[in-house]
Amino acid sequence: MSRSFLGWPAFPEAAAREVGNRQLRENVRRATHTIRGKRAVLAAERPDWEQLRDSAAAIKDRVLAGLEGYLLQVEEKVTAAGGTVHWARDAAEANRIVTDLVRATGEREIVKVKSMLTEEIGLDAALEAAGINARETDLAATIVQLGDDLPSHVVVPALHRNRSEIRDIFAREMGRHGRPAPEGLTDDPAELAEAARLHLREKFLGAKVAVSGANFVVAETGTLVVVESEGNGRMCLTLADTLISVVGIEKTVPRWQDLEVLLQLLARNATGERMAPYTSTWTGTVDGDGPRDFHLVLVDNGRTRALADPVGRQALRCIRCGACMNTCPVYERTGGHAYGSVYPGPIGAILNPLLRGLDDPQTASLPYASTLCGACNEVCPVRIRFTDVLLDLRAQVADGGRHPVERVALNTVGAAMQRPLLWKAAVKGAGLLGPLLPARTPVPGWTDNRALPDVPGESFRTWWKRNEGERA
Amino acid sequence: MTAAAREEILRRIRAAAVPPAPEPPRHYLRHAPGTDPDDRPGTLALFAERLAEYGARVLRATDPGPAVARALHEEGARSLVVPDGLPADWTADWDGEVRADRPPLGKAELDATDAVLTSCAAAVADSGTLVLDGGPAQGRRAVTLLPDLHVCVVRAEQVHSALSGALAVLDPARPLTFVSGPSATADIEMIRVKGVHGPRRLVVVLLEAPSG
Repeated sequence: MSRSFLGWPAFPEAAAREVGNRQLRENVRRATHTIRGKRAVLAAERPDWEQLRDSAAAIKDRVLAGLEGYLLQVEEKVTAAGGTVHWARDAAEANRIVTDLVRATGEREIVKVKSMLTEEIGLDAALEAAGINARETDLAATIVQLGDDLPSHVVVPALHRNRSEIRDIFAREMGRHGRPAPEGLTDDPAELAEAARLHLREKFLGAKVAVSGANFVVAETGTLVVVESEGNGRMCLTLADTLISVVGIEKTVPRWQDLEVLLQLLARNATGERMAPYTSTWTGTVDGDGPRDFHLVLVDNGRTRALADPVGRQALRCIRCGACMNTCPVYERTGGHAYGSVYPGPIGAILNPLLRGLDDPQTASLPYASTLCGACNEVCPVRIRFTDVLLDLRAQVADGGRHPVERVALNTVGAAMQRPLLWKAAVKGAGLLGPLLPARTPVPGWTDNRALPDVPGESFRTWWKRNEGERA
Repeated sequence: MTAAAREEILRRIRAAAVPPAPEPPRHYLRHAPGTDPDDRPGTLALFAERLAEYGARVLRATDPGPAVARALHEEGARSLVVPDGLPADWTADWDGEVRADRPPLGKAELDATDAVLTSCAAAVADSGTLVLDGGPAQGRRAVTLLPDLHVCVVRAEQVHSALSGALAVLDPARPLTFVSGPSATADIEMIRVKGVHGPRRLVVVLLEAPSG
């Protein structure tokens, strides 16, 4: 049974567990710093980088502002090109549609192109429950699947694993799912990639049904776009008889020309390349080339909930480049699993609460999984203002009464600050009482991971008066 | 049921009441940064340089036959699949086995063929990219995917400075494959490994008109 993030603990608990794993911290640090370095070089190469970001943000805002019209256009164009369009309100509905489509073909094993959305909706587990074995084909997704693990990054899902862990997983698991790993497999990355090539080649050649996501869907032409590096995407999109693409409604872009902006930003930001090795585009079906049947499943699953949030809706601009997590000091220390979702890091800290609501303690904890340093704002190719959204979500958490103590405390401080005499008395009182407090006064939720600062004996106002007096 | 879902999703979108957004600005470059888009020799040199950076081989030629034969020999290919519409003189100098994709070869046959030779629909200097659109001399997508060596003949005039130029001439109704170097992965400790599932070796024959 494949693992899932269902019932995952809130961020502070999950993070506390993860930061204790030294190997994980080293793996994540090495990987994120490598991608950051490559990205920085290629972003700096473009003197028009800021103009590209302006354009990308505006293109995605345009999509969100006209989403109904663009989706209808997608439906019309894909249908005219020989495809079938399905609509799914939530994960269960999307999974049911895909399961029924696969069942209709009679196939028991299918191949998949890495897709965050199918991870989000738990498609592999739903298919498994229906007796259908969905094999992941991206190298990192294969590592995660064979290791009965969970993804920890949107671009490099097995970023938390190092080569010797991967070697052990391949040697142990490949034989149970098809062609075994070669005898005497070492932990050389080239040998590991070769083992994956051999293991998956027989699956590609035999597969009748493939499932993919899409990076973009062009409304004016009905064209789907998949960006990848290894060629596993091309194998799935080309060799199967039936292709089912499961796509979030926010993946739409209005015009074909928009790809000149988004493709250039995506590769540079995601992997530090000018273009990823392979970008495949297709519009419906083509006689004698590729799948005979094409199904597009358009999925909401909380996206319209996010769309209704005036501050938060900008998170739907996201093109899943992963740059925010590569640059995040919190992600670097906790890794991706602490976020309890297939979307970790800064984008996860805002997207999960927006998609799922703040009603459960896990999603409500995520807007606090940030130091508000704003590094993510700086690297985001579509100019998501992460810190604005984080603060707004924290306000929603507080207004919802989920942090009652903090709320009472802030209300009290606010009331005192509006009354100067009361405020002065309170500050003076604190100065007098401060030294009487024991050195390690516990404040629940605050002093678990840090020390309470000393209360100064003199207020700032008093200090200012004294020093200003000396200068004058 | 999907009809009810469709109505419900569209209703939720309307209820979200997103305010209108302006037409996006497009003040970015339409050519490779740091180059003069009208400098043709410079554009071709950049194309060759970017391909080489990815680990693709580049042969510059005025006569395709000898260059194709040389590429196939040096890469050790013994069998070659060719799509419909490929000019006969491209394979005239090669003595290995040529398999026409007519009637269409099976997946296993393609997988057992050493190399594929094609033209392309467009190319991009800035990113060292070839674009295949399934047109004449390019073949269906499986043909350029299963053999381990892809030899692609690119005519000099097909090379655009940047992606914008190529997208403007491509037809989105056709299935397009943008190839920027051989198959690669960096999924293991961010170490780049050339070649996972797609062709592991890519040779580009850049064809220029004979001078004079």
